[in-house]
Amino acid sequence: MSIVLSNIKKIYQMGDTQVAALAGITLEISAGEFTAIMGPSGSGKSTLMNILGCLDRPTSGSYMLDGEEVATLKDDELAVTRNKKIGFVFQNFNLLPRMSAQQNVALPLVYAGVVKQERDSMAAAALSMVGLADRMHHRPNELSGGQRQRVAIARALVNNPSIIMADEPTGNLDSKSGNEIMEIFMKLNKEGRTIVLVTHEIEIAQFTRRIISFRDGLIISDEALLKV
Amino acid sequence: MLWESIIIALEGLKANKMRSILTMLGIIIGVGAVIAMVSIGMGVQNKIQDSIAGLGSNLLIITPGATSPSGVRLAAGSSTTLTNKDAQAIGRQIEGVSAVAPSVSKQYQLVYGNKNWMTTVQGTTPEFVSVRNFNVELGRFFSNQEVDTRMRVAVLGKTTADNLFGTIYPVGQTVRINSAPFVVVGVFEGKGQSAGGMDQDDVVVIPLTTAQERMMGISYIQTISVQAVSPESINQAQEDITSLLRSRHKLAKDMPDDFTVRNLAAVMATAEETTKTITLLLGNIAAISLLVGGIGIMNIMLVSVTERTREIGIRKALGATYRNILLQFLIEAIVIGVTGGLIGIGLGISAAYAISAIAGWNTAISSGSILMAFGFSVAIGLFFGIYPARKAALLDPIDALRYE
Ligand SMILES: Nc1ncnc2c1ncn2[C@@H]1O[C@H](COP(=O)(O)OP(=O)(O)O)[C@@H](O)[C@H]1O
Ligand SMILES: [Mg+2]
Repeated sequence: MSIVLSNIKKIYQMGDTQVAALAGITLEISAGEFTAIMGPSGSGKSTLMNILGCLDRPTSGSYMLDGEEVATLKDDELAVTRNKKIGFVFQNFNLLPRMSAQQNVALPLVYAGVVKQERDSMAAAALSMVGLADRMHHRPNELSGGQRQRVAIARALVNNPSIIMADEPTGNLDSKSGNEIMEIFMKLNKEGRTIVLVTHEIEIAQFTRRIISFRDGLIISDEALLKV
Repeated sequence: MLWESIIIALEGLKANKMRSILTMLGIIIGVGAVIAMVSIGMGVQNKIQDSIAGLGSNLLIITPGATSPSGVRLAAGSSTTLTNKDAQAIGRQIEGVSAVAPSVSKQYQLVYGNKNWMTTVQGTTPEFVSVRNFNVELGRFFSNQEVDTRMRVAVLGKTTADNLFGTIYPVGQTVRINSAPFVVVGVFEGKGQSAGGMDQDDVVVIPLTTAQERMMGISYIQTISVQAVSPESINQAQEDITSLLRSRHKLAKDMPDDFTVRNLAAVMATAEETTKTITLLLGNIAAISLLVGGIGIMNIMLVSVTERTREIGIRKALGATYRNILLQFLIEAIVIGVTGGLIGIGLGISAAYAISAIAGWNTAISSGSILMAFGFSVAIGLFFGIYPARKAALLDPIDALRYE
């Protein structure tokens, strides 16, 4: 089991009312799965992604990542876990504008303490995996939206993480670029990578093999997709 | 990691040149001002110290004529109250005195071959050499016997020798002073300028008696230079000389001195004290501008942290720890401080040179002040960088990523 969540709750205190963004999530995701999380806006998808991605801690519950309890880690331990085990892909790409594609992709390796030469070759390899070998030295503003998201995917997988998390990775893209991104995710999944992505488009979710539906901070359905 | 952080910081500064320069300006001006101000102050101080050393140590100078309460000498030079006997009495009777040199002086024309040179001719005794800290470089000084026998011998200052003789070896040559022939027996080592900017080497020294009787036709003395054995004995010697001369001149109790005893080292020391204070003051004012520069760094760093909130969020999401972010911003602040400091040092040194070239002041660029200013700019970068860097490092990654 790659991810085991039991009774995860996330409660936000808003004045004197409490908002349960996550009202008790129990969930298992195995290594090698390709999962989509769907649900209406405000249903807690991003909150879950942040917890899964070790950016945030649940108010209560247990989160075992690769057999290690991470729900109670300290900030810096979470940072190290993110660096080693998680690859992030954001809706708005979140690339650093002043850096080349290669430098952006190499950034997680900087914090992993990899030496420059090795970083550069690993980043180049990751970029060619997403089909951007010829765009290594371009800056984000010289790339299309689809290309930027591919750089972000390269960055997410450069450190060889246990899971790749993508929160609405196609939300800012036209459907053609969106489909290209999904093709890449499919390819990565075929190579054995675990991928969890959030989307509210059923066409995008169709690329995955498992769809978990959310409403009001709870899972309302969890179904495997049969592939033709 | 550290080296890379420095490179990242430098690139960040390069990417935003105008702002970086404006941020550094405070440090540049502060460091530059510290160095320039301290250099000027030290230059003046050094000059005064040189002058004191050049004058001769533990020196008292006695001149005829009284000193008014305001310190202005009355009827200077015109008085004829000092005699060679006074000088001899001081040498014999005052304790703590190691040498006494009476002297007279007047401007004369010197002629050697077809060369003319107008200079000060000093008539004095052999003790002059030790009292006034002259060294004989070529030949010798004249002897007491030559003084007693009113010999026409002369020892030239370096400037005088150079102007009259050029490349010719002066010792043994004959020069005409006011058309009387003198044999050059020696040449002094160069001493350079005095505190007042006078060339101390533009001089000719001849026996006192020769000057008094053969040249000037006088029997009095214009100056008595007295050397005390130690700095401690100088004040006592000054008092003893005053009472000795008063009794020798038969001055009644209510009559003012008809001579003046001055302790030049003390005057110089006061001047030195004053310049030290001024140096300190200038340095402090400059240091305040450094502080203002530091606040400028903090201001810009805070702006930079806010502007780059999203970048911080991204870096944290990718695994940057508190320390990574703290270090990144701290290094940026220090790089601003150090770069500004280095430019400031360059500026300060150029300013010091420019001032000494244009105004003709002495400046002494001390490695101490450079090191201090540099250390200061690092420290200021560090001190004023810590708050913004901590602020950046403590950002919550989710909040930072959401920041627009
Ligand atoms: N930092 C926060 N403070 C208070 N409420 C929050 C915060 N983050 C999310 N929420 C609330 O939690 C719920 C789930 O939000 P989110 O996970 O972003 O939903 P989704 O991504 O599914 O649209 C929403 O009602 C939202 O308002
Ligand atoms: Mg969301």
